[in-house]
Amino acid sequence: MPDQFYRSHILLCTDPECLAKGAQDIEDALVRALDAHGLRDEVDILETSRLGHCHTGPEIVVYPEGVSYINLTPDAITEIVSEHLLKGRIVQKYQFTAEVRKDEELRAPAAKEMRIIMARCGVIDPENIEDYIADEGYAALGKVMSEMSPRNVIDEILKSNLRGRGGAGFPAGRKWEFAANQKSETKFVICNADEGDPGAFMNRRLLEGDPHAVLEGMIIAGYAIGAHQGYIYCRAEYPIAVRTIRIAIRQARELSLLGKDIMGTGFDFDVELRIGAGAFVCGEETALMASIEGKRGEPRPRPPFPAVSGLWGKPTIINNVETLANIPNIIRRGADWFQTIGNEKNKGTKTFTLAGDVVRTGLIEVPLGITLGEVVFDVAGGIKDGRKFKAIQTGGPMGGCIPEQFLETPIDYENLGALGSIMGSGGLVVMDDTTCMVDIARFFMDFTQDESCGKCVPCRIGTRRILEILEKICKGDGEEGDIERLESLSKFIVAGSLCGLGQGAPNPVLTTIKYFRDEYEAHIREKKCAAKVCKGLISYRILDTCTGCMVCSRNCPSHAITGEKKQVHILNDDLCERCGICLTVCKFDAIVVE
Amino acid sequence: MRAKDLRDVPLADALKPADDDPVVIPEQRARIDAIIAEHSAKPGATMVILNEIQAQIGHLSKPMQNYIAEKLRVPLKDIFGVITFYSFFTMKPRGKHRVAFCLGTACYVSGAEMLIEKTQQILDVKLGDTTPDRKFTIEACRCIGACSQAPAILIDDNVHGRLTPDKMTSVLRKYEKV
Repeated sequence: MPDQFYRSHILLCTDPECLAKGAQDIEDALVRALDAHGLRDEVDILETSRLGHCHTGPEIVVYPEGVSYINLTPDAITEIVSEHLLKGRIVQKYQFTAEVRKDEELRAPAAKEMRIIMARCGVIDPENIEDYIADEGYAALGKVMSEMSPRNVIDEILKSNLRGRGGAGFPAGRKWEFAANQKSETKFVICNADEGDPGAFMNRRLLEGDPHAVLEGMIIAGYAIGAHQGYIYCRAEYPIAVRTIRIAIRQARELSLLGKDIMGTGFDFDVELRIGAGAFVCGEETALMASIEGKRGEPRPRPPFPAVSGLWGKPTIINNVETLANIPNIIRRGADWFQTIGNEKNKGTKTFTLAGDVVRTGLIEVPLGITLGEVVFDVAGGIKDGRKFKAIQTGGPMGGCIPEQFLETPIDYENLGALGSIMGSGGLVVMDDTTCMVDIARFFMDFTQDESCGKCVPCRIGTRRILEILEKICKGDGEEGDIERLESLSKFIVAGSLCGLGQGAPNPVLTTIKYFRDEYEAHIREKKCAAKVCKGLISYRILDTCTGCMVCSRNCPSHAITGEKKQVHILNDDLCERCGICLTVCKFDAIVVE
Repeated sequence: MRAKDLRDVPLADALKPADDDPVVIPEQRARIDAIIAEHSAKPGATMVILNEIQAQIGHLSKPMQNYIAEKLRVPLKDIFGVITFYSFFTMKPRGKHRVAFCLGTACYVSGAEMLIEKTQQILDVKLGDTTPDRKFTIEACRCIGACSQAPAILIDDNVHGRLTPDKMTSVLRKYEKV
């Protein structure tokens, strides 16, 4: 109801993480409490994604005061409604900080962070186009339509030096220029929202929090290259993003921002949403196009590049969600403004998801060129539980593991590449000293060999062979020569694969060998796993401090633990699967790993 | 052999529908027809149609694939090829509830494997299979993006985070009744 005015607005985070912690119960409690006080017509509840503190969710922010309440329970809601919303008194015990959080702070939560792409996420209602328009949304499209020629748009993007955020870092403006120069009646714009890297969810948050920015970027791209049809290819694992995109497309059509005769200029452009079906390789551009065409998502050789012959053989540009979301900002504020952020060859900000053993996990946006160390220690608050930093993995399963001595490295396309890793789409996984690097390489290889589409033999069979060698080493059956075999196999896979999946698949193996060779050697020669992770190289033992509470024997899935009540239990090493369940259930720390 | 003569070729056994196959149940067949009719004009409609049928009917049996191929006038191998390529499509009927274990990096290092082990023990089925009473299908899935809740699982559309093996019984019990 756009005509309705509310006294207060409550933003409720309904990100999957907050939902897991009971955000739905919080919403129900809010509605109940507001009804009880007759405030339903005066207070509006908006569901948004990510307000900033998902590790302390569920969370709400009450406007106009901008007060943020965290760690909420239904009881807390009852209190907040009757105190804050009815009587105007802020309930400090649930408040995020003692001070009232200002809008600016909401937009840049941690030191060294910068909110440009994510600025609207969690601040506007993603399901209401008017919220977006009120925050300068579609102003860039208006500027493009009223005062810029397609050539002007491409020049501006070229000048900004915006590089593709999907991973390879190809200049977006050049891609557009190629497609614009093609003579064809039919051209396509594709938004790649098939974000498949484990631990990466930047694009999901962006689509859930600010879908119109991506749409606006697509329309501008369509205008620049002369396309009239766009596709958003979103992965099926993101049901909420699918919903927000559908709503955004419908609302943009209603306001004539999509479809025929956009803004009365005679320019036609429409967007259709296509949903994937769980194939990681479809994030690769040629595989993605095959998938939109309704085929198996297998990549094909390039050239011809999509800008020349893409979807159904027509000139096509494929840009990542984040690349497109940058476009309206660049047009509105100008390429010169964009140039002021970042370092020499890498301009603008980049979103990353931080996962693993750091204090603050979650989504961050930082200027390109910030160092790895600044991200780990300043933005993420350092390593959890006072442990020691061991490695940071950048770029998802095709990326590499970077050790401590390179923490001063700036995060940009060139410097990460020089270390044998990649920028990738932006997943960062921080590992502490309890992580075994051989096991991590095995984990990523398990992922890539499973997701290899099977078209190129070196990738299909080679990744499988690498995995087998790594599994052998983890089991304690590694032999001399295995490391060299891994290295030479990797070389062949990189050289013999068509797409980024095969070319990048050996990166985790190569970088862990390069920087943590001693761990591989310890596994192979001494049969030791220093991090006590590899199942074949460790055993569990029950200490005399066992109280005989029987919790471990009840929980052991392989019935390897026996013993009478109140007597020290016995663990049968032959039956033990080394699953670690006993370790987590023991309340007396009486089980050790050796 | 010319296309029209193919009609005389007897149907392979695998393509003959069983009594409970969706293509012989009139109501479900009507739904399949409606989905095909709605989308078939779109370019590259195969994936859209299969996605929609999978969502509404729950699986894509071989007789269903044959039926869809005939309706779309494309070779059966194109349909079969697409279905076997993408992990979301399944040819077997599923359990009422889908329990998916996130095996993203964060969940993996936080002990997702222990959850799987325990669940296999509770339900007495292997990963990827369905319980005999068709209540639960358990499977691994790709990162669901709830990394700060690791280890997390997805039951139907609900995320359950920060799980430990001993919490699994109570989590599953909630769904057993529904």
